[in-house]
Amino acid sequence: MAKITAGVGSSHVPLLGVAVDQGKDRDDYFGPIFAGYDWTREWEKNEKPDVVVLVYNDHASYFDMNIVPTFAIGCAERFGICDEGWGPRPVPDVEGHPDLAWHIAQSLILDDFDMTIINKMDVDHGLTVPLSMMFDKPAKWPCKVIPLAVNVVTYPVPSGNRCWALGEAIKKAVESFPEDLNVQIWGTGGMSHQLQGPRAGLLNREWDNRFLDMLESDNDDVRHIQHIEYLRETGSEGIEMVMWLIMRGALGKTVKTLHRHYHIPCSNTAIGHIVLEPAD
Amino acid sequence: MAEKPTQNIHEYLAEFEDIPGTRVYTAVRARKGYWINQFAMSMMQPENRERFKADQRAYLDEWDISEEAKQALLRRDYNALLDMGGNVYFLSKLFSADGIPFAEACSTMTDMTWPEYRQMMLDGGRSPEGNRSIRENLAAAAAAAQNKA
Repeated sequence: MAKITAGVGSSHVPLLGVAVDQGKDRDDYFGPIFAGYDWTREWEKNEKPDVVVLVYNDHASYFDMNIVPTFAIGCAERFGICDEGWGPRPVPDVEGHPDLAWHIAQSLILDDFDMTIINKMDVDHGLTVPLSMMFDKPAKWPCKVIPLAVNVVTYPVPSGNRCWALGEAIKKAVESFPEDLNVQIWGTGGMSHQLQGPRAGLLNREWDNRFLDMLESDNDDVRHIQHIEYLRETGSEGIEMVMWLIMRGALGKTVKTLHRHYHIPCSNTAIGHIVLEPAD
Repeated sequence: MAEKPTQNIHEYLAEFEDIPGTRVYTAVRARKGYWINQFAMSMMQPENRERFKADQRAYLDEWDISEEAKQALLRRDYNALLDMGGNVYFLSKLFSADGIPFAEACSTMTDMTWPEYRQMMLDGGRSPEGNRSIRENLAAAAAAAQNKA
């Protein structure tokens, strides 16, 4: 039987991908950010997940305004790398797991989540930066990946409550897959940042850390934070944090924190990273 | 599943307009800015970037974009474009075409120069204090004025 063995939360700032690709990841600016991922890179070498369900958002890279799926699951064999305007990142293509992806998609639809199924897609920095943070620069990614793209750009985006419930349904779906697979779920994006308007540059260390505390908790209060609170407290792009709730919802009631890291700034953004293990 | 009170869509959207210096990308903005954003997306193809750079005005004239928006695009007035329904993830394709870092483009939307903005980020970013609510800011200003009087 397949099982979700861990959840990882991480920011996915594009500049981190640039730092890895250009070998700047240990300089004075990026060094303290990447140092916070060293623990996780070692841990992942031992964990050897077979599949990662990677929750992220597309930043007007593959999807434009013609199609805006709220929740889309990638069921393809392989996903190419987006050209985001300066050429695709020099990273390996992403290998999917169509059997598990289709199984999850079917199970979610029966559980009242009206998923969009994607059979052809390129993935952008939202997905490839977390892979680089966790696995560095391998010739081939060490696991298969099921991309789960969430609309967090065009409002209304899904509520935190809905995201958490989707995570619960993903756990149920994975646990009903007959093959023995070690599955992780990653929630990416955030933390506080605003990339637009006169208020650009807003960061909120205190709120972000309270959010991380709430993820570690064995109650589910965090799912009830409203969009307006994310917007006021964490900047217009801080709303990406609802994607972390899909990860947390998939881990069950109680979790154990294995690792946690926070750093300000990376470009316009506060970097957050957490590794959680189900402890029910 | 946990109970959740239903939310009134009008109240939900009205709240967004109370955030200082922020244009939340609502359906109204998405509809208004559709062609601005689709134009920006076209900058992801190298051949389009070349044609745009060769003659920006001629390239813009191929799109169903208002004269006001074309002028804002030509002068890279991103706040004006946000008001016309532009979204920053789409507009960022134009930052890339111009070869400008994302953070530098962000700084042009603030009252700071790029070096000032960069320093603010290094110093911990813009504080949420006084930046949460237009309503609250007005109330605080009114109270301060009354105390002074």
